[in-house]
Amino acid sequence: MDYVIIGNSAAGIGAVEGIRSVDRVGKIALFSREPYPAYSRPLISYYLSGKVAPETMYYRDPDFYLRLQVEASLGREVQALKLEDKTIELSTGDKVPFDRLLIATGGKPITPPIPGREYSGVSTFLTWDDAKDLGEELFPGIKVVVIGAGLIGLKATEALVKREATVTVAELSNRILSAILDEDSARIVQTHLEEQGVKFQLNNTVAEILGEEGKVTGVRLQNGEELECDRVILAIGVRPNLDLVRDTELKFNQGILVNSHMATSVDDVFAAGDVSEGYDKIYQENRVLPILPNAYKQGFTAGVNMAGGSSEFQGGFAMNAIGFFDLPMLTAGIIKPTTPGFQEYIRLDPGKQSYKKIVLRAGKLVGYIALNTVDRAGILTGLMDQEVDVTPFQEHLLKEDFGYIHFPKELRSQRLSLRK
Amino acid sequence: MTLSMNTPDFLIERNRERCINCQVCVRQCANEAHGWDAEEEKIFSQDALCVNCHRCVTMCPTHSLSIRKFPLEFRENANWTASTMKAIYKQAETGGILLTGMGTDRPYPVYWDQLLLNASQVTNPSIDPLREPMELKTFLGRKPEQLRVINGKLAEALPPQLELDLPIMFSAMSFGSISLNVAKSLAQAAETLGTFYNTGEGGLHEDLYKYGKNTIVQVASGRFGVHSEYLNAGAAIEIKIGQGAKPGIGGHLPGEKVGVEVSRTRMIPEQSDAISPAPHHDIYSIEDLTQLIFSLKEATNYEKPVIVKIAAVHNVSAIASGIARAGADIIAIDGFRGGTGAAPLRTRDSVGIPIELALAAVDSRLREEGIRNQVSLVVGGSIRNSTDIIKAIALGADAVYVASSALLALGCHMCQKCYTGKCNWGIATQRPELVKRLNPEIGAERATNLLKAWEHEVKEILGGMGINAIESLCGNRLMLRGIGLSDRELNILGVLAAGE
Amino acid sequence: MKRVYAREEVCMGCKLCEVYCATAHSEYPLDLVKAFLKQKMKPLPRILVEYNLSISFALQCRHCDEAPCTKACITGAMQKDSVTGIVSNDERRCVGCWTCILVCPFGAIGRDNQGHKVASKCDLCSNVADQTDTESFSNVPVCVQNCPNRALQFMDSVVEGEE
Repeated sequence: MDYVIIGNSAAGIGAVEGIRSVDRVGKIALFSREPYPAYSRPLISYYLSGKVAPETMYYRDPDFYLRLQVEASLGREVQALKLEDKTIELSTGDKVPFDRLLIATGGKPITPPIPGREYSGVSTFLTWDDAKDLGEELFPGIKVVVIGAGLIGLKATEALVKREATVTVAELSNRILSAILDEDSARIVQTHLEEQGVKFQLNNTVAEILGEEGKVTGVRLQNGEELECDRVILAIGVRPNLDLVRDTELKFNQGILVNSHMATSVDDVFAAGDVSEGYDKIYQENRVLPILPNAYKQGFTAGVNMAGGSSEFQGGFAMNAIGFFDLPMLTAGIIKPTTPGFQEYIRLDPGKQSYKKIVLRAGKLVGYIALNTVDRAGILTGLMDQEVDVTPFQEHLLKEDFGYIHFPKELRSQRLSLRK
Repeated sequence: MTLSMNTPDFLIERNRERCINCQVCVRQCANEAHGWDAEEEKIFSQDALCVNCHRCVTMCPTHSLSIRKFPLEFRENANWTASTMKAIYKQAETGGILLTGMGTDRPYPVYWDQLLLNASQVTNPSIDPLREPMELKTFLGRKPEQLRVINGKLAEALPPQLELDLPIMFSAMSFGSISLNVAKSLAQAAETLGTFYNTGEGGLHEDLYKYGKNTIVQVASGRFGVHSEYLNAGAAIEIKIGQGAKPGIGGHLPGEKVGVEVSRTRMIPEQSDAISPAPHHDIYSIEDLTQLIFSLKEATNYEKPVIVKIAAVHNVSAIASGIARAGADIIAIDGFRGGTGAAPLRTRDSVGIPIELALAAVDSRLREEGIRNQVSLVVGGSIRNSTDIIKAIALGADAVYVASSALLALGCHMCQKCYTGKCNWGIATQRPELVKRLNPEIGAERATNLLKAWEHEVKEILGGMGINAIESLCGNRLMLRGIGLSDRELNILGVLAAGE
Repeated sequence: MKRVYAREEVCMGCKLCEVYCATAHSEYPLDLVKAFLKQKMKPLPRILVEYNLSISFALQCRHCDEAPCTKACITGAMQKDSVTGIVSNDERRCVGCWTCILVCPFGAIGRDNQGHKVASKCDLCSNVADQTDTESFSNVPVCVQNCPNRALQFMDSVVEGEE
């Protein structure tokens, strides 16, 4: 069996491990546009700030490919998919046949058509090379404008501040981290970042990037205000990288459509990770879930199925662990319902910068925010994942020390005791 | 509020160089003698609350705790001792009866310690129990007047007997006074050892029915938990007339110890005081006792021996004679050093007589009257070790009852605070967080170990006497000599002085 | 594989398991007093006793067969050993992002915020055994060894389909 994997991040690596859990001999060819062994994308901001050394950027040990017998073609870009011939075509023109194909091309940054985005000094922040390039140009006091106060934008911001940059973040929404926080919690985090010197322009964005001699010199905001800067980072978001898919018969929506086996609409072709639309059990529909844990799990599931095993992706949901300047937060699911049928409960402790919110729907937990009160929050994630009726103990969910002790005895022993 | 004159009994010493502030002591002390000072980030202790049960000392992982007698002295006075004076202060404060737990701690003579055992030399060779058989099997119950063997089989129909693999039983402790985990521990140990434990007047918890063949069910003046199924669940029935620690008065279980389980088992409302009357209201004579004995035999189809338990009091031998004649199969006598979950201090310390003297007197009287075969004698009231057992049997007992020793095996440290319900060792308590401190699996192992150890020692000593069956020792007072006893005491005990 | 199971009915909430665990994973694995009094950073237990007056039980990493933490770990620091089944965190690679805490349904992963931020979790004392060269640690974890009431048991799970 010849396996081809396009993509070398969490989903791709998950697939390798999934395949090898079933098939120890089949040939695995893996292609990656980037020249590095699999590294952790979420670590690029840690790399930029200097917290993580280059040798600890890698997602797996150095002999990973050798140990799992993977022919890894790093730095070789795939140009096209010839699904009807069951081959892929590299940018060099070479063709590689496959019996089973996994598309794990991940996401690509959204680059809005802002005038001036072609100036040098304007970049995105997604890959290791992005972080390397940015890092080389930093100097104390450098002025940076970050467009987008999402996860990527703010992780970049934190790293930049640690590198003594002066950072202004422009965000079209009324709050930072709008995908994972509500207003009250976002305000706590914003204040915390402001205390570190970060400036915010909310309900605002960059209308034009200004430059001289091809180099960025500043930005003009939507409200007319102009800011001087040396760098602009575009961090508006990421969308599935469908470049290879568009000219094929593969069905896609926002991302490539897959079933619970991570199989696409074309036989023997699978997709996983940020490029696909897996099942979201909270929204109860297929959605792009661009987070690493899902990418790995989907990749692993795809791998098992590609190798003839049987594995189902039970569905995931959005969840994030993130933190800025020692202010950690964990969030999952629906954190700010916009339709009826939800109950929200909140515990706020401004003195401790802590905020906990749970969102229930029909007796089940469907989302939470745990800001600076993160210990054991995974129990909540577990309750979401297992779709447990939390009605009997919902009054305990917000407690700082919420734990299994608050579960009904039967549920607790079912989870904790020796299973026979 | 007025000034309390009570001063601490104990002093808690903490070695701060070893204390790691883990707070195990804080969590383990139900008396709240240890506390956590969050501001200072260290543990503080309150001496006045300490009962010296050693729970914290034993649990402390760095051995940084010790408890001493509180050093405060009164002016020396042989008459007005510290304990006498403190009792007065306490009663002047409360106006109440002084309560206590476990057996008396007064320095009365312990006759066991003034009896010495014999050993074989030359003429009657001793026996090595590791190489030769040694029989500890004991049958308790009424024995026939004579035994005839026809064709190798016993001709007489033998009245019901209790068969013990070793002559030691766990004496009555009620579920209520002790935790269910203690009862489970002892029940399991009794099963493993081939002997019996006793429900006391606490009824039989549903979890314990499976140990029925190793259970003696008790019927006491409160009749708590007594019903037909209960009577038939055990191997024998014990009528409790009296208890060594508090002769003349009944048990008293305060309402706070009567939770759901105790309530169901005793068949009384939750939280209600379970007060056993001092007498059985249907027993005012030996004839009345006969009626109860036979009512119980009737209820159990004459298949189970009936024990009558009394406290050792002044005219115990005449009473025992009456009980034998009333139809009891076994008489249990409880000496004045016997334990209790709660007793008035003055009663415990001043009422009743030592078991050694009571036993000797009863055995002698029953022999004189020619009715010793009609009953077996079981004695309790502070059997502390294997030689106490041997001496009891030589004085005339068929078997012994142990309770305080068993509780010590389970963790009791004799702090005498059973009546507070805050037993830190999970023994004399119904509080769930304390009860679970005694893992019945461990409790059963420890109780079993203790009796196994004693069994070994009994065999060793019997062998040394040249005796290979415990029944041959029963009433064999020639195996005993007294030391430091008056002629009168030797006479009552029926033993010669050492050297005679 | 052998795991640690708590018996709620005999756990008395003394937290000695926490004390011994913290010590075993400190700079002085064999010395309680030094671990707590001499070491600069407070020793942290990797076992947690959930405790109120009537209920108590200890909980630590279940070393799940399909361990969500290993799948979610962004650095690859969290790995399940294919031979021993032990899920362990390579603290040199861990960056303290707490994604493992986000996904651990048992709440069994702690935060060690002292010094280099790392996720802190039960290793069934396998690392303690390596460090101290004391074989007894690897046979039975210290929490189990030191539970005074046998409320922790180290035993094979009996799950269908698992060896």
